[in-house]
Amino acid sequence: MASIVQFENVGLRYGLGSEALSDISFSLDSGGFYFLTGASGAGKTSLLKLLYLAQRPSRGVIRLFNEDVVTLPRKRLPGFRRRIGVVFQDFRLVPHLSTYDNIALPLRVAGMEESEIAAPVAEMLAWVGLADRADARPATLSGGEQQRVAIARAVIGRPEILIADEPTGNVDPDMAQRLLTLFEALNKLGTTMVVATHDIPLIGKVPDAQMMRLDRGRLADPTGSLRYPPGRAGSA
Amino acid sequence: MIPGIKRKRDKAATAARNRLLPEGRVAGPMPWVIAIMMFLTVLAAAAGLGLLHASRALGADLSGRVTVQLIDADPVARNDAVRRLVRALPRLPGVVAVQPVPESQLADQLRPWLGTDLAAAELPIPALVDVTLAATDPAAVATFRRAVAAIVPQARVEPHAAFLAPLSGLMTSLAGLAVALVLLMALATGAVVVLAARGAHDSHRGTIDVLHLMGATDIQIARLFQRRIALDASFGGALGFAAAAAVIAIIGQRLGATGSDMLQTIHLSAGAWLLLLALPLAGVLLAMLTARMTVLSALGRQL
Repeated sequence: MASIVQFENVGLRYGLGSEALSDISFSLDSGGFYFLTGASGAGKTSLLKLLYLAQRPSRGVIRLFNEDVVTLPRKRLPGFRRRIGVVFQDFRLVPHLSTYDNIALPLRVAGMEESEIAAPVAEMLAWVGLADRADARPATLSGGEQQRVAIARAVIGRPEILIADEPTGNVDPDMAQRLLTLFEALNKLGTTMVVATHDIPLIGKVPDAQMMRLDRGRLADPTGSLRYPPGRAGSA
Repeated sequence: MIPGIKRKRDKAATAARNRLLPEGRVAGPMPWVIAIMMFLTVLAAAAGLGLLHASRALGADLSGRVTVQLIDADPVARNDAVRRLVRALPRLPGVVAVQPVPESQLADQLRPWLGTDLAAAELPIPALVDVTLAATDPAAVATFRRAVAAIVPQARVEPHAAFLAPLSGLMTSLAGLAVALVLLMALATGAVVVLAARGAHDSHRGTIDVLHLMGATDIQIARLFQRRIALDASFGGALGFAAAAAVIAIIGQRLGATGSDMLQTIHLSAGAWLLLLALPLAGVLLAMLTARMTVLSALGRQL
């Protein structure tokens, strides 16, 4: 399978502090399903920020879609970002926009005509079970509903990579399972999934997923030999 | 789709695109600050244009005008001198027109000081002859002065420009000051917009970050701020202009009521009103451009 993400000796330092990430090297295959796990403060969110181009590394090389994004001119970043969907840990819904408008946001940013937007947004609203909450503002939605809006917004543009930071952190086990089913469905459609989570039982529910574990800013499986497809964990 | 429904949906969609930043129109201080700035700018510009018009009118009026004063106390000799001048002056080279000032007009001008009881004949009031010269330079005036002295040695020649030049200069200076005030106001408006745009950028940082991470370009984001600032500036500009226009109209009426020829030269032509009308439009453009540059500069510092 073709590689869609490559990290080579990547390090990230905030200001003059010590490195939040050190010597990170890995490669993600297109269409793969990856879990990123590790203790709080291990650097999961920092790694995801590098992935969704919110941050440039202090050193090393990052290739996305076969292009070096570390030296990529700033004006070319939007084009790359449109190929990536992100579900933020804190959802980051736009508070003054309705559910409908929040979900439509990536399509509007991409410059799609309004006539082309209505159908996919309606489909997405139905998919996440929020068709009857289309006009609601985020403040009036429950945590789980906000989570689903965030997911719908992240996937509506059919991104090539979907990055989710603790997507099940604020929902009950039943909703977590439903979200995972959504992610698997997307993955089957070809989207590469990167899900950061503490939820070990959740990882066990995706048999073909691979796991990367961060420990104090270092990848515990730099060579790829420590991959734990949970379904095969017992036999490893 | 039924046209009415489509129109409604398109309108809603446009509104949704424009709502990416929360609407702060009229609610915040920005439109009111711009209204005050525009009010002062239009007043300053109107003063400048009015004074410039007055200065030009005065200049045109004075151009080449001199008054010959005949101060002989003997009315017979005085009137004889006037006759000689009126006869001789038109034949001099460079003299365009010669017009003795009627005694009745002089009496009218002196009436406020002397009253109506005193007959003009009882006072040695100088006789005046207004002359228009083709050339206005000091050399031409000097030549004319010599020619007059040859006809009536005791006659005094007073170029109008000499005694009204300071007033004309004052008007020109005030007009220049008004232009400087307009420029300062434009700078202040720009500074206000920079502060407002920076404030708006900071307060909507979360939304901007989300838009950025979805692939919005700097131009797309700057356009949102531009639109919002344009709405604020349009409201403020219209309000400021309307208030200033009302004040200018009232001042114009008051100037007209004075009956003073000089004050009535302070006048706004149709062209001047068009210039004033262009100020709010220029203000909106300035605000939009400033907002765009400020936001683009702030976004350029982010990844």
